[in-house]
Amino acid sequence: MTNAHNIPTPQTPQPDSLRHQALVGQAVMHTHLAMQKRRRLLKQLLIHAALILICAAALVPFLWMLSTSLKSNAHVMSSPPQWIPHPVQWHNYKAIFTRHNSNFLLWTRNTLIIAVLTVLGTTISSAIVAYGFAKIKFRGRGVLFAIMLATMMIPFPVTMVSLFIIFRWLGDHTGMQWLGTFKPLWVPAWFGSAFNIFLLRQFFMTIPDELSEAARMDGCSEFGIFVRIILPLAKPALTVVALFSFMAVWNDFLAPLVYIQRSQQYTLALGLQSFYSQLGNTSWNLLMAASVLVIVPVLVLFFIAQKTFIEGIATTGIKG
Amino acid sequence: MPRMSRHTINFLKGMAFLSPWLVGVLVFTTIPIGLSLYYSFCNYPLVQPPVFVGWHNYHYMIHDRVFWISLNNTLLYALMSLPMGMVIALALALLLNANIRGLSLYRTIIFLPSLIPLVASAMLWLWMYNSKLGLINITLRSLGIAHPPPWLTSTHWAMPALVLMSFWSLGNTVVIYLAGLQDVPRELYEAADLDGANLPRKIWHVTLPSISPVIFFNLIMGIIGSLQTFTQPFIMTQGGPIRSTYLYTMYLYDNAFTFLRMGYASALAWVQLLLVLALTALAFWTSRYWVHYQGR
Repeated sequence: MTNAHNIPTPQTPQPDSLRHQALVGQAVMHTHLAMQKRRRLLKQLLIHAALILICAAALVPFLWMLSTSLKSNAHVMSSPPQWIPHPVQWHNYKAIFTRHNSNFLLWTRNTLIIAVLTVLGTTISSAIVAYGFAKIKFRGRGVLFAIMLATMMIPFPVTMVSLFIIFRWLGDHTGMQWLGTFKPLWVPAWFGSAFNIFLLRQFFMTIPDELSEAARMDGCSEFGIFVRIILPLAKPALTVVALFSFMAVWNDFLAPLVYIQRSQQYTLALGLQSFYSQLGNTSWNLLMAASVLVIVPVLVLFFIAQKTFIEGIATTGIKG
Repeated sequence: MPRMSRHTINFLKGMAFLSPWLVGVLVFTTIPIGLSLYYSFCNYPLVQPPVFVGWHNYHYMIHDRVFWISLNNTLLYALMSLPMGMVIALALALLLNANIRGLSLYRTIIFLPSLIPLVASAMLWLWMYNSKLGLINITLRSLGIAHPPPWLTSTHWAMPALVLMSFWSLGNTVVIYLAGLQDVPRELYEAADLDGANLPRKIWHVTLPSISPVIFFNLIMGIIGSLQTFTQPFIMTQGGPIRSTYLYTMYLYDNAFTFLRMGYASALAWVQLLLVLALTALAFWTSRYWVHYQGR
């Protein structure tokens, strides 16, 4: 604030008026402080108002979805809309499990299988590779690291056509089917993902080398240092990677759409979409109930690990 | 056995640790991209082996009206959603950076929508945008607008509807901005205070330059992300009405898995790759004029 400049100062101060001036100055300062305080309060109030409005806009779609999911179909169509469903029709949530051609339990199981295999694979393999980039000095490391960063820019649609052809070819020539199984979705995760490697490498760099040096003196192998010293210290970063990859699997639509063919193997994302195409624009209450079911596990996970989430996302941008 | 030098040992160790990624990048990135370059010069209807046809696919592309429509739509989508989304996210982050009470609650709520899986948010917005019963039009009608837009079923409004809904899930970007804002050294603001700078000037001269690396990061991610948008239009509009929301990745997908034109789809994939690389390179090139790295 610029208030200090506004205190009146006469061009030529007289010695006898100095005391008086000081008093006036004090009074001016005082009202200024009060004004400043009031202005700050007003500013805070405005910010609160703006944030409350924005948060309402963020939440309303959720509430609308929840409300719709508990209504009868007649009430969904009613106008003006009711926000609090009456009567609350809990059995919408039962109905989506018993409907013909919908199999949310199986789809949840499928998604969980893929998620577990992917999370394990990408966390383990990315950590190993990140250790190589962070802690071992060798010729060509910088170039390889730059290449790895560059691969992050390659969109999945660019490789999906050839990958489909490769997986199809493997099925025809090795006797092991890939298309129509979960393998194309989780096997690549075991070869490290550039984003996760980058994230973990940044974290490993912050671990002082003295620790590993001491272990090396004691005759610990490089892999032993990685497992016994680095990994235990890197738990927060490993959690972030595991969380993010779980979310990515839960969210993924295009890859399962390309590789999975039978509805018994659908993931939740595919299942929800097929549920919608069966219902058409008719049973919004059931569609919203199904969407709530897909969202809830993600929200639960978020509220359990909120701090890890927010800090993890923050790091991706800062270290980038 | 001859003694190996330290360099060699370290090199071998490094390679050993990198080996998962080295294999992965070869099998799941390099080979597919190389193969698709080859297929892009082939006629390859999947059920028959590929036949080399030279530049045919690329010639075809130049005269393919749908290719241009989908490219045009995609650039339009990116141009509408990315700059505005970045500004909105930054504004939200600036609000959240104020020193007020209840901040973490606000932050959590603003972040929540970005957690929602794309398919679920597509369902939710299908319902919100429903022209007769959707909440948006109910609200508009109650505000006295007798004929609110039919959103997803209108060639004019479908694309803006997709763009608008992308602003709902900016939470990720906001959190990244916020982390950047919290890293701006306090001394810089104090110095600006001494110079008598007002708030807009402080934002322009202190905040923006200080977080320019973060803006740059979000820009790059935004370019890459928006150019491959697929799920929402695929589910919500199937590219319609009359191809008004038919995006590039959808055309690529359709060529590969609906029409089984693997050769042409590979050519489209390569053009997409080059497009992403060109735009990213452009962003990198301009970055030296506006991105400031301070002692990092």
